[in-house]
Amino acid sequence: MFAVTASPSGLEQLWFALIGVLWLGYFFLEGFDFGVGVLLPFVTRDDVDRRVVINSIGPVWDGNEVWLLVAGGATFAAFPLWYATVFSGFYLALFVVLAALIVRGIAFEFRHRRDDARWRRAWDRAIFWGSALPALLWGVAFADFVHGVPIVAGGAWTGTFFDLVKPYALLGGLATLSLFTLHGATYLGLKAEDPVRENARALGQRLAPVTFVLVTAFLGWTYLSAHAWHHVGLVPPLLPILAVGALAAVGWLIGERMEGWAFVATAFVVLALFTTLLLDLYPNVLVSSVRTSYDLSIVASASHPYTLKVMSWVALIFTPFVLAYQGWTYWVFKKRVGRPDRVEQPTEA
Amino acid sequence: MSALLAGISTLTLARWQFAVTTVFHFLFVPLTIGLSLLVAILQTAAYRTGDGAWERATRFFGKLFLVNFAIGVVTGIVQEFQFGMDWSRYSVFVGNIFGAPLAIEGLLAFFMESTFLGVWIFGRGRVSPRVHVLSIWLASLGTILSAAFIVAANAWMQHPVGYTIDPHTHQAVMTNFWAVMTNSTFVLEYGHVLFAAFLTGAAFLLGVAAWHLRRGHDTAAFAKAARVGVVVVLIAAVGTIFLGDSQGKQMETQQPMKMAAAEALYDTTSAASFSLLTIGNLSGNPIFQVRVPHILSVLATNTWDGKVEGIHQLQAQATKTYGAGSYVPVIWLLYWTFRIMVGLGILLLALGAIGIWLMRRRRLEQSPRFLRFAAWMILAPFIANSVGWIFTEVGRQPWVVYGLLKTSNAVSVISPGYVATSLIGFTAIYTVLAIIEIALMIRLARVPEAPLSPAEAESAPELVY
Repeated sequence: MFAVTASPSGLEQLWFALIGVLWLGYFFLEGFDFGVGVLLPFVTRDDVDRRVVINSIGPVWDGNEVWLLVAGGATFAAFPLWYATVFSGFYLALFVVLAALIVRGIAFEFRHRRDDARWRRAWDRAIFWGSALPALLWGVAFADFVHGVPIVAGGAWTGTFFDLVKPYALLGGLATLSLFTLHGATYLGLKAEDPVRENARALGQRLAPVTFVLVTAFLGWTYLSAHAWHHVGLVPPLLPILAVGALAAVGWLIGERMEGWAFVATAFVVLALFTTLLLDLYPNVLVSSVRTSYDLSIVASASHPYTLKVMSWVALIFTPFVLAYQGWTYWVFKKRVGRPDRVEQPTEA
Repeated sequence: MSALLAGISTLTLARWQFAVTTVFHFLFVPLTIGLSLLVAILQTAAYRTGDGAWERATRFFGKLFLVNFAIGVVTGIVQEFQFGMDWSRYSVFVGNIFGAPLAIEGLLAFFMESTFLGVWIFGRGRVSPRVHVLSIWLASLGTILSAAFIVAANAWMQHPVGYTIDPHTHQAVMTNFWAVMTNSTFVLEYGHVLFAAFLTGAAFLLGVAAWHLRRGHDTAAFAKAARVGVVVVLIAAVGTIFLGDSQGKQMETQQPMKMAAAEALYDTTSAASFSLLTIGNLSGNPIFQVRVPHILSVLATNTWDGKVEGIHQLQAQATKTYGAGSYVPVIWLLYWTFRIMVGLGILLLALGAIGIWLMRRRRLEQSPRFLRFAAWMILAPFIANSVGWIFTEVGRQPWVVYGLLKTSNAVSVISPGYVATSLIGFTAIYTVLAIIEIALMIRLARVPEAPLSPAEAESAPELVY
């Protein structure tokens, strides 16, 4: 508030970076979860297919979602004013995201508990909307962080819900929705057996050009807007160019059945896109659309050094364990998920 | 919307929002904490003995545990994010301190719980039986750790320690993390909450097993579950009551107003008696009361004739310290929630004690009256948990952080329409989910687990979900 001109300390930079990493981890991991949820109705023809799709993320979706909880908690602790301003300012949007995540999470656990077509159809819808809405709204929110929201001094909010849904933010939302869906398609290409694998491949090929257009337009607009030019790490625009290049290759990689590389490519695009946005944001955490001097800076919103130090030690000690056991579970469940009837079919015929 | 809301403030709506979210979330969480430990115990017994009865009990209660777990997880996200949404001024004030345990809870506990639960649900046949047992123990440990950090955060609101107020920003700033994590309030509160969670899980285990035993279903599996349930109910009830009693004494020194309101004690009294119930109002002139002499003094001070401070005197003191205003919480709510909580705790202690007595005489499975009682007692911990939290949170009012920040100064500066929208929305979602969850639980709880065929026992199922 009083120190807007000061540049962030090393600790503050570290915590901005760590929170950035948590969001990147969240979007990389839950990005494909969301995509898989959005694809659920489109890559399946019967209930067994749909179970294959859900089981492909079954063991990991909950752990993936914890990245969001840790990102939220870490923001609360390290940048209280950022947490308070964003969460109260994006109130209705966040309500929709939370409601969506609630019904989606329940759907995974409840769907298979009853063998009843209506019951399962209802939960399938919950999974689709519960995945599509957050995939869209996270893009809207991050675009808004960068492009500005109606805040004045001290992060006080002066706008309404409709200030959040501007063309740039909507484009951002469509870009993430489309990108996460493509990311989900490459994930299913890696994790599912035919026919889901084949359906995801066909759909991914059709989706790749659309995603390319949306993400390129969004990144281009981000660059043409005033903020981007000032920042280190964004000039020359290496990350966005690599992102667009990788995205251009996705369709081809899917076509060539290089499934591992296709997944690596969509993961890279997710990471590069959000890294670009976070670099653009630095040294602020929230841009004001009212006046530049009202921008909420890292320095103004950060916690005191003592809190940041305690948290740094905790993160340093425990993060390696978390990464190790989460990585281990992906290894345990590395096998593709397939239909239980796929082996028997040829012998019966 | 705004016409409907005329006169209802953001503060009132935000308080309702918090109450609804917290009570709903905490209906499921204690069962998650309790059942994860009990399922781990059942599965360890199955692994050690190779007995099919233990194995069936594990699968049966494991299934119920998972249905319950899901709701606890997803409502927890709202729990964490509502501070920023509805209580942004609170968040800015406490973030330095309150945010840290929340972040650490995610890193240390939520990752552990969710990851190893994933391994447990999908891992049968894919990881070794030993790793499979280990995964449920680690998930259980995750839930126990998670409770520690969130209760530490709450204890800080009840009794702030290890902080200073920044003179420029007027934020509470952490000066001693160790003090926050060893807060005397936290130690007792955590023990109380944890034992209550084990009690919830154990009463559930015992009650459901009792229901089946009375009908003669799979008596081998359910008798084993019931015996584990009885033992844990007794231990957990003793622990919950003992720590709750210690909290009472601590409350008398840290938050005397809460204790005074719990008894509706208006004037400072020595050798204070405790009223079991009151008919009429609680303004000091009851129509009818059942009073037990000296008990309030014992509860609050551990001495027969100890002095218990009254509401009038405490209100006068508070206005002197903090300025004009009311420092009295809602008395009737505190009076009754306290009695319901304590009464149910004693009833649960009786359940455990009678159960142990029957078990020692080898009559547990053949006592229809006890089995019926046990089945009904499934409900008791859920009610006790809810009223317990209402008691401790409402009893802290008008403060949100005791002595430092009033609830009325903590709320976000947002339109009541927003809060009303999300309050109505979340309440609708919670209601629908609660109905579906309870219906599904009852449906699943009625059907005993069939033994696995040798082929099923050997291989991993292709599709779990």
